[in-house]
Amino acid sequence: MELCDTPEKQYVEVGAEFTADGSMRPLWIRWTDGRKYEIDRISDCRRAASLRAGGAGLRYTCRIQGQTRFLFYEENYRWFVTKTPD
Amino acid sequence: MDRVILHSDMNSCYASIEILHHPQLRNRPVAVGGDPESRHGIVLAKNPLAKAAGVKTGMALWEARQCCPEIVFVPPHYDQYLRFSRLTREIYADYTDHCEPFGIDEAWLDVTDCVGAGSGRAVAEEIRRRIRQELGVTVSVGVSWNKIYAKFGSDYRKPDAVTCITRDNYRDIVWKAPAEDLLFVGRATKRKLLHYGISTIGELAEADPDFLRATFGKVGQILKVFASGEDATPVAPTGQRAPIKSIGNGTTTPRDLVDREDVRAVVLLLSESVSARLRDNGFRCRTVELSIRDKDLCGFTRQTRLPRPTDITEEIAGAALALFAENYSWQRPVRSLTVRGSILESAALPDQPDLLTDENRRQKREKLDRTLDRIRRQYGYGSIQRGPVLLRPDLAGLDARSENIIHPMGYFQNGNHALTGDGRR
Repeated sequence: MELCDTPEKQYVEVGAEFTADGSMRPLWIRWTDGRKYEIDRISDCRRAASLRAGGAGLRYTCRIQGQTRFLFYEENYRWFVTKTPD
Repeated sequence: MDRVILHSDMNSCYASIEILHHPQLRNRPVAVGGDPESRHGIVLAKNPLAKAAGVKTGMALWEARQCCPEIVFVPPHYDQYLRFSRLTREIYADYTDHCEPFGIDEAWLDVTDCVGAGSGRAVAEEIRRRIRQELGVTVSVGVSWNKIYAKFGSDYRKPDAVTCITRDNYRDIVWKAPAEDLLFVGRATKRKLLHYGISTIGELAEADPDFLRATFGKVGQILKVFASGEDATPVAPTGQRAPIKSIGNGTTTPRDLVDREDVRAVVLLLSESVSARLRDNGFRCRTVELSIRDKDLCGFTRQTRLPRPTDITEEIAGAALALFAENYSWQRPVRSLTVRGSILESAALPDQPDLLTDENRRQKREKLDRTLDRIRRQYGYGSIQRGPVLLRPDLAGLDARSENIIHPMGYFQNGNHALTGDGRR
């Protein structure tokens, strides 16, 4: 069993911006059906685990089209979103 | 003033990390080990449910299945364990610059300076809470004025708990516990202690020092110090063992090397070991060094910068052999060789492919190395060899890896200071 999607966890393609001072900010997410979602606002970024989705990393709280979603950076160059916020 | 020392221990480390990543297994007995598809392999770790069913670390997978038919086997993911080990240490670093790891999942922390007006318990509780929230796994933490009692405390109540061993309660908690709960009292010592009527840590602490010395030698005295809570060993500063600057293996060969094929076989053996150890430690090297000594013991070292950082055996060996060809004129046979990878960088950094390298071929070589690692882990070092090595069977007996590195060891040795004093391993 490799690191894999679970019923609550979806690995996604992410576009991110790296600033000159070394910080990283995700800009958009591409969902599995190919649709691209711009991240309108990031209200929080902290280290966190999601027991329900099954993983841990840097958790970005993202506002996307009026809804809040958690986007996790796993530090292995992979990002996942939790399907239901914890 | 007493020191404030914490010992933090990740609960069922491997199993907890696997369960975090596979939440569907959370309420099932789980063992980490081997390849579940094959019938081989042993249990490396288990969760509390599997433990309750009688599954023990080191059991063959089929035995574990007999104890616990519904057990789920998960193969190990060492990269994840190392990642979580690093992440816990990053949290510890917020509280102290004296954090001494004890294996991948345990560490002592001297938080005397950061406790201030608060208490050791408060710091321990905060660390416990943060690890659960930020990493999704749990630790148990022991708090005391010495490392031995702190370690006892982290074993005393788990998972996800804090135990304080104070000058007021140690006689009730530590001293009443069986002697084998003390660090370094193994089965043999326990039996011997019992033979002399010593069954608890308290009895060990109060035993006659002359008697202990006469019966157990120097270890007897040390055990008494441990049992009494008088151990004053400091917690090593953070990173004392971390800065590995290079990884090398050398050998004086069973017979002198007389031609290119001899050298090729030995360089391959040494490079395989360097390559495997780079992988184990999560590094790639930018530079390869080759040291050569001839039969008159005259020697020199040459180095070369690689086009790309690597941990691949064939690339390391190729660079070393090129150095040999450029620099050695074969006036005398060769007595000893050392291959070393230096200017290390983290293997977690992205690898920038270039235009002219055949990436498929490179990936195949990487895969080959990892496959060899796995075969050797399971069937022993000699079970598989590279062709050039097999052509020189009188040189092939050398297991460069296990014979030529010194494994970091426990509490007494504190060998890390001596071994890595110059950053070399």
